[in-house]
Amino acid sequence: MTPPASPLARARSSSGRRLIAGIPIAWLLALFLVPFLIVLKISLSEVRLAVPPYAPLLQWRHGIPLPALHLSNYAFLFTDPLYASSYLYSLKVAAVSTACCLAIGYPMAYAIARSGAASRSVLLMAVVLPFWTSLLLRVYAWIGLLKNNGVINNVLLALGVIHEPLTLLQTDFAVYIGIVYSYLPFMILPLYANLEKHDVTLLEAAADLGATPFRAFLRVTLPQSLPGIASGGLLVFIPAVGEYVVPSLLGRTDQLMIGRVLSDEFFENRDWPLASAVAILMLLLLVVPITLLQRLEKRSLEAPS
Amino acid sequence: MRSHGRFSRSMLGLGLVFLYVPILSMIVFSFNNSRLVTVWDAAHSPTLKWYAELASNQQILGGAWLSIRIALVSATAASVLGTLAGIALARFGRFRGRTLLAGMTTAPIVMPEVITGLSLLLLFVALEHAIGWPRGVGAVTITLAHITFCMAFVTVVVQSRLIGFDVSLEEAAMDLGARPHTVFRRVTLPLILPAIVSGWLLAFTLSWDDLVVTQFVAGPGSSTLPMVIFSKVRLGVSPDVNALATILVLIVASGIVTSALWLRRRQQRREHDAQLAAAEPL
Repeated sequence: MTPPASPLARARSSSGRRLIAGIPIAWLLALFLVPFLIVLKISLSEVRLAVPPYAPLLQWRHGIPLPALHLSNYAFLFTDPLYASSYLYSLKVAAVSTACCLAIGYPMAYAIARSGAASRSVLLMAVVLPFWTSLLLRVYAWIGLLKNNGVINNVLLALGVIHEPLTLLQTDFAVYIGIVYSYLPFMILPLYANLEKHDVTLLEAAADLGATPFRAFLRVTLPQSLPGIASGGLLVFIPAVGEYVVPSLLGRTDQLMIGRVLSDEFFENRDWPLASAVAILMLLLLVVPITLLQRLEKRSLEAPS
Repeated sequence: MRSHGRFSRSMLGLGLVFLYVPILSMIVFSFNNSRLVTVWDAAHSPTLKWYAELASNQQILGGAWLSIRIALVSATAASVLGTLAGIALARFGRFRGRTLLAGMTTAPIVMPEVITGLSLLLLFVALEHAIGWPRGVGAVTITLAHITFCMAFVTVVVQSRLIGFDVSLEEAAMDLGARPHTVFRRVTLPLILPAIVSGWLLAFTLSWDDLVVTQFVAGPGSSTLPMVIFSKVRLGVSPDVNALATILVLIVASGIVTSALWLRRRQQRREHDAQLAAAEPL
């Protein structure tokens, strides 16, 4: 479904139209799509000590350009178990965090959607407000809460719940907290947009027919909210796979996430081709979820309102 | 109905506590005298000494100034590009390049930042190699990168606003003989202005806040505020960062509340005008 052409579109000379659509397309082609092709190209070249630190892909021999493609970077990713474990760990962290976001975000979105019109906008603002303040600082705040002599341990010790401080920082738990904390609004907003549109009379009808509230929720509300769950889940899962800030500040040091591995290969080892291969493989893992999200967005943005 | 209404409401309360406790703890400990950040030094607190220290920290002030300039330029450019893209996607029907544009709008929003950062840096390096521009990395390359990932957000905001309005207003102006650019200036632009404003604010925040992409495309001597903060907190918690966070939270909160009030007033005035217009006898 493509939206109907407006008079703006029909009447405007085709050159004006071309300019309006053409400028952003040209910008994104140059600064979004072409860069990926460069990453792909460099992932196929060899590292060398030079500026820039990779070998050219075309090498001239007797006046004839010969492509010098190297799959060695990819081969290396599959032979060194460090990379496989980082990819798997990142997928696991992203999946668990997405599930936690859903478990916390769904009831929150539900409560906001079912509250009165006046409090609804205030509650929505309360959910979104932290998102507008620095992500870095909010993740940093968790260091102060989770440290061995941090706020949580001090409170638990003072209450006598524990007698030794718990190790909370630099654990999987801390990473889940950090990611859920950072991405929760991305789960709540699409869910809210979906739940708000539901027809409450359907639930009343279900109740009249003798369904318990829980059963009515399972059979009426939940199925209708699946598109919202899918959008929210993908908006959390996809960026979480490559998350860098949260694991760097709160995470384990013995098990790195793939975003950190990429950044280390690039900055510490200056191995640009290997870093590019890490990026390409991560993109391949994310192609399916990104395509799914695009389908969903297309449907929700273009559905007749 | 009632039982899970209660459950979801208490989850909402707990969720809001979860969202706000870290921020509140930063604010409280920014007035703490102790360098140990999380141990409250009751004898000498509250104190403003970390705020004073902040005011004389040249690194932080310099980073903040650079970040503000980059965010102003990036947000403005991203708003122009994003508005054009949003209009094309919402109003042009089917056109060549539509799928491409729609795809390149969604993808940057979820793309892991390390990938975006790496790919942009490699582009800049390749460009410099090929045509001698940009000369090294710094504020210019940071700005170009920020415009790119910010414009997607503006596009989505403007596009959904335009879809919310049906085209009959523009059609009516057209039928009354208005030229296309008059229609745009007098009808379309006022309709999407709130969306452009929120898009600009969103873009400003994203640019101001970005660490990962910036680290890739920044050069020596171009440390933005998030880069300064990150290098500080990597070494452990430091109390002046709490003070900085408190100031930023206050600025953002008042900015958000002000713009929300402005949007609401604008909306009410519009509705009021519409009622008056409807009541007026022809």
